[in-house]
Amino acid sequence: MSSGIEAQVLQPYKYGFVTDIEADVVPPGLSEDVIRLISAKKGEPQWMLEWRLKAYRNWLKMPEPHWSNVTYGPIDYQAISYYAAPKQRPKLDSLDQVDPKLIETFEKLGIPIEERKRLAGVAVDAVFDSVSVATTFRETLARQGIIFCAISEAIREHPDLVRKYLGSVVPHNDNFFAALNSAVFTDGSFAYIPKGVRCPLELSTYFRINASSTGQFERTLIVAEAGSSVSYLEGCSAPVRDENQLHAAVVELVALDDATIKYSTIQNWYPGDEEGRGGIFNFVTKRGACRGKNSKISWTQVETGSAITWKYPGCILQGDNSIGEFYSVAVTNQRQQADTGTKMIHMGKNTRSTIVSKGISAGRGQNTYRGLVKILKGAEHARNYSQCDSMLIGDRCGAHTFPYIDVRNSTAIMEHEASTSKIGEDQIFYAKQRGLSAEDAVSMIVNGFCKEVFKELPMEFAVEAQRLLGISLEGSVG
Amino acid sequence: MTRNALLEIRDLHATVEGQEILRGIDLTVRAGEVHAIMGPNGSGKSTLAQVLAGHPAYVVTAGSARYEGKDLLAMTPEERAREGVFLAFQYPVAIRGITNAYFLRAAVNAIRKHRGEEQLGPVEFMDALEEKLKVIGWDDSYLSRPVNEGFSGGEKKRNEILQLAVLEPKLAILDETDSGLDIDALKTVAQTVQKLRRPDNATVIVTHYYRILTHIQPDVVHVLSAGRIVKSGGKELALELEEKGYDWIREAAPVA
Repeated sequence: MSSGIEAQVLQPYKYGFVTDIEADVVPPGLSEDVIRLISAKKGEPQWMLEWRLKAYRNWLKMPEPHWSNVTYGPIDYQAISYYAAPKQRPKLDSLDQVDPKLIETFEKLGIPIEERKRLAGVAVDAVFDSVSVATTFRETLARQGIIFCAISEAIREHPDLVRKYLGSVVPHNDNFFAALNSAVFTDGSFAYIPKGVRCPLELSTYFRINASSTGQFERTLIVAEAGSSVSYLEGCSAPVRDENQLHAAVVELVALDDATIKYSTIQNWYPGDEEGRGGIFNFVTKRGACRGKNSKISWTQVETGSAITWKYPGCILQGDNSIGEFYSVAVTNQRQQADTGTKMIHMGKNTRSTIVSKGISAGRGQNTYRGLVKILKGAEHARNYSQCDSMLIGDRCGAHTFPYIDVRNSTAIMEHEASTSKIGEDQIFYAKQRGLSAEDAVSMIVNGFCKEVFKELPMEFAVEAQRLLGISLEGSVG
Repeated sequence: MTRNALLEIRDLHATVEGQEILRGIDLTVRAGEVHAIMGPNGSGKSTLAQVLAGHPAYVVTAGSARYEGKDLLAMTPEERAREGVFLAFQYPVAIRGITNAYFLRAAVNAIRKHRGEEQLGPVEFMDALEEKLKVIGWDDSYLSRPVNEGFSGGEKKRNEILQLAVLEPKLAILDETDSGLDIDALKTVAQTVQKLRRPDNATVIVTHYYRILTHIQPDVVHVLSAGRIVKSGGKELALELEEKGYDWIREAAPVA
């Protein structure tokens, strides 16, 4: 096309800086000794170590999965360092001892953790490599009985709660990457919302990879007791590096009777360069259990980063009348590959699920939607609505859709809609004829395409998501 | 150059997909004038409109087009728009998820930015918009609908005229805006265009039919055939075409 849709004048990744900080890094390699070392560094009880070792022994027997629609070279699990932490360790309830370089790093990322600069209405847990460096608004939350802290701290301080729920949604041997995570997870967040409490703040965790040759294996667990509700958001970024870094996270959500969990992700790991060098391998297992009746779990994700994304946030709809939702925008530009979607497992009666997936491919990006809707025998009158839309920018990218449907109850109602569109020269020309620049035109068209998902994001982050989408598509259209 | 010419086209040739559609257009439009370009299907009317707006699928192979003395063909489509060239599309495009109000404001602000004027916020923009809406007989429910999505053919055309009224260009090109309109809609559209006439702007109406010209008084009527203007005259020429059809023009056209 004569306007040169796709001129690859790419803007550099804006979060690619490295923080120069003295780190305590465990030498590369994975063994039972390394796991013992991590567990010891975290001051964990014996049961936790045993759980890790059990996961590790299972992992050794599991093959790396290769069924997804992505390609990458072999990962050398012995070349990765499984623990890296800034040397100067703060006390988690006081910022006085946090290295100013860390405070500065998070500030640069737009996540101020200092008291006077904090985002109003948002409590933040800031995770740097393998450790949580600060959690804000802890006291405010504690007054309502809400626990929001690093998971390593929760293991020490609230062992009964963690032990009851950890691995109850994603078992330690669930899949290859979940097993690896269970063996070596370092930090992540824990949130517990007591009975009947509506969490007054947005809870948020920001994950930053900094050290090279390390993997980040965070684990997040959120439990919403009966009648409670919480909205949680995670963000992430990493420095620009030629090597691929592994990020294998596990997130588990538990919603009891009448509880609601809204989980939003803005994923902006380093995507690699235009030739596909470097970038994060993002292999993530996220699952929520709607255990109680009338419970609801809603996943919203905006995936713009990572060289490879492999994640399927799902809902197990056990409780009668429970609701699962999945709203996703996944962008692949340059040579990024994404294979993402959801799993909705209907077990209870009158369970409902909604899936809205928007895949945008530009450059040489490959974008795959993969989703499973399973309606079990006892799930009377279950309903699912799925909508998968793909948008192509340029002619060297790809969009793929793999919906799996497994219905074992004849009262189920399923709806599935899918569309693929090419961002039209005519649409861009129309906007240009009204005075808009090509970039503004594309950004507007893409934002319009994603609107159904963006409106699900907490307000504070919807603007950020739109801006991020603009950045990750910059240069994709001439 | 001709005095007061807003648009001056000389010997313009253009191709689409390698096929020559415009074969030497000469046309001068002065400020304050309304021109009608008529002609049978395939004569090149819409191509001329698209070329003037800068659609990338059309390639100019020879000739020139000057707008306010500047080389129009050297400008990008968005520069032309910001400088006051407006095309009312024959087939307006839908933009999902973007409201009409948002789109209009983005367009207005792009033009204001180009002129070094302040950007308008949503509230002040809405105030200015109310008035324009009334002119085309719409209520504000149209503003919150996605651009042209689910619009009927007539609504899309009216929406183009709303944009015209909001953007107030110096040179408006209406590409078959009248086709697909019922009589009432046609009247509203024509009256709006008539109201927007000023001594410092000009309108080029590309049309098949005489009827829109009963509401808008054209200063000059041109007949386009096989990529050339073969006849120009006053309003009476349009009437003659209405009565006789285009065949007599085709026969009269010089052979290339």
